[in-house]
Amino acid sequence: MSTLSLERVTLRRGERAVLHEASAHFAPGRLTAVIGPNGAGKSTLLLVAAGLLAPDAGEVRLGAVPIAQIGRQALARRRAYLPQAPQVDWPICVERVVALGLTAHLPAFGGLSAALRARVGEVLEQFDLTALRERAATELSGGELARVMLARAVVGSPEVLVVDEPTAGLDPRHALDAGRRLRALATAGCAVVVALHDLDLALRIADDVVALRDGVVVEQGAAAAVFTTEVLSALYDVEMRVVRDAHGASVRVW
Amino acid sequence: MTRVLTPGLVLLVAALFCASLAVGTIWFPPITLAHALLGGGVPLVREIVVEIRLPRAILALLVGAITGLSGAVLQGLLRNPLAEPGLLGVSAGASLGAVIAIYYGFAASFALATPLFALAGAMAVIAVALALSRRGGTLALILAGVAVSTIAGAGVSLALNLAPSPYAAYEIMTWLMGSLADRNWDHVVLAGPFILIGAGMLFATARALDALALGEAQAESLGVNVCAARLLALIGTALGIGAATAVAGTIGFVGLIAPHVVRPLVAHRPGATLLPAALAGAAIVLAADLAVRTLPFARDIKLGVFIAVFGAPFFLWLVLHLRRVSP
Repeated sequence: MSTLSLERVTLRRGERAVLHEASAHFAPGRLTAVIGPNGAGKSTLLLVAAGLLAPDAGEVRLGAVPIAQIGRQALARRRAYLPQAPQVDWPICVERVVALGLTAHLPAFGGLSAALRARVGEVLEQFDLTALRERAATELSGGELARVMLARAVVGSPEVLVVDEPTAGLDPRHALDAGRRLRALATAGCAVVVALHDLDLALRIADDVVALRDGVVVEQGAAAAVFTTEVLSALYDVEMRVVRDAHGASVRVW
Repeated sequence: MTRVLTPGLVLLVAALFCASLAVGTIWFPPITLAHALLGGGVPLVREIVVEIRLPRAILALLVGAITGLSGAVLQGLLRNPLAEPGLLGVSAGASLGAVIAIYYGFAASFALATPLFALAGAMAVIAVALALSRRGGTLALILAGVAVSTIAGAGVSLALNLAPSPYAAYEIMTWLMGSLADRNWDHVVLAGPFILIGAGMLFATARALDALALGEAQAESLGVNVCAARLLALIGTALGIGAATAVAGTIGFVGLIAPHVVRPLVAHRPGATLLPAALAGAAIVLAADLAVRTLPFARDIKLGVFIAVFGAPFFLWLVLHLRRVSP
């Protein structure tokens, strides 16, 4: 298990720097929430961290090795990435969709081995999808699809899991369910990186927080240190307070 | 169903292939056919079977298979059930090349000029489409394809418009309709290698197409080189469909129909669709060629026209069906 780190990463789109000298560290066994207003560069940061977008300057490392030097297949076996609102374009059954997460584990010729097939079954069980395994992925509800996609990402037992807005469009129960599952993965030793708009959920599940604004990392550290009235208010340009009471902590907009 | 699909289609294609050899103006019983194929029997029968019907059947097989395969690959790559080889302008480019050969009279002086020019036209069009869409993604590719396809189509119309003689215009029209009549071994030798290489490249995209069902970002994250898969699909299509159009003219709709016919039978997996779609395409073209040779009302109908007449209603049904099932 290795730490994923971004060192002074800069990425430009035309003249505009979408990320400017952003540095961040994502440790194994910890869930890091990436927060910030719309257009702050969260999705771009995640793409760069996942090795899917090469930065113009700076470096991304997995352990001690620059991510660009890890082969495409080897990287795919070690980290998983889920974009925002992932979709399946054909009515493929749930079991097959989850099995697609093992694409990089397949032999050069031939299909899933018995061991890999068993792994798919195990993950379907873990994500409460056994009853849906024959269902077409295009016919699922938003909450079910989110669960299938998470199972798809996890099936290859990645060291690093990068997820962009997993709770967008989910009702509170399903959002909480997704959050709990991500938390459990981090506890099991995976380095989990999640972009989140739902600050209450972030407060509940995150160990560490990276706060991003206009492509610059303005604050990072343990969740308790970043989730303060001052940091959040400055980050989102609205008066925000973190309220901690007997029922836990929550973020309120004043 | 999935397990018996491919063997079933192989048997169907084999049966249609044998029928293509046996059936025509003169019908041959299987035993005569076997004799002729093994080099024995009556010389005239051997001549008909080996020199006329066999190359034609092989071409029908190759053209149908590459068209169905390419349709399946492009639908998977572009994640669009309405994609087909014609969308990228390959057939239009090949047609323009052929029309230039006929228009300037190269075809009259050298028999293989038409297919050679058509092949060059297909390559030129795909090169332009690739260059135009180099920096963009899938949408840029479709738009570039539509643009070059339109330009090539305009070139064909211009040639018809300015045709030096009614005879040239007639020849161009006939060629555009698509046919396998009067093809010989030269055509097989010309198109065969391109179609086989193209097919190899198209089959190599199978795994990438499966992952692409999740979208380009996820496919890329799963270790798939989306860019390489796109190049394989495009160049494979250019080689295969370019060569097919070069020897047979425009055979429309097979590329659209064949993948749709088999897709539900392979649980909609894009990669698993390829082989059955190729077989289904071969079966459709073999059957249609058999029909235009034997059905009394279809004798004068060109192969491409025959397939379009039956393909268009299917296309219409597909559009209506998609509208019904999509939200």
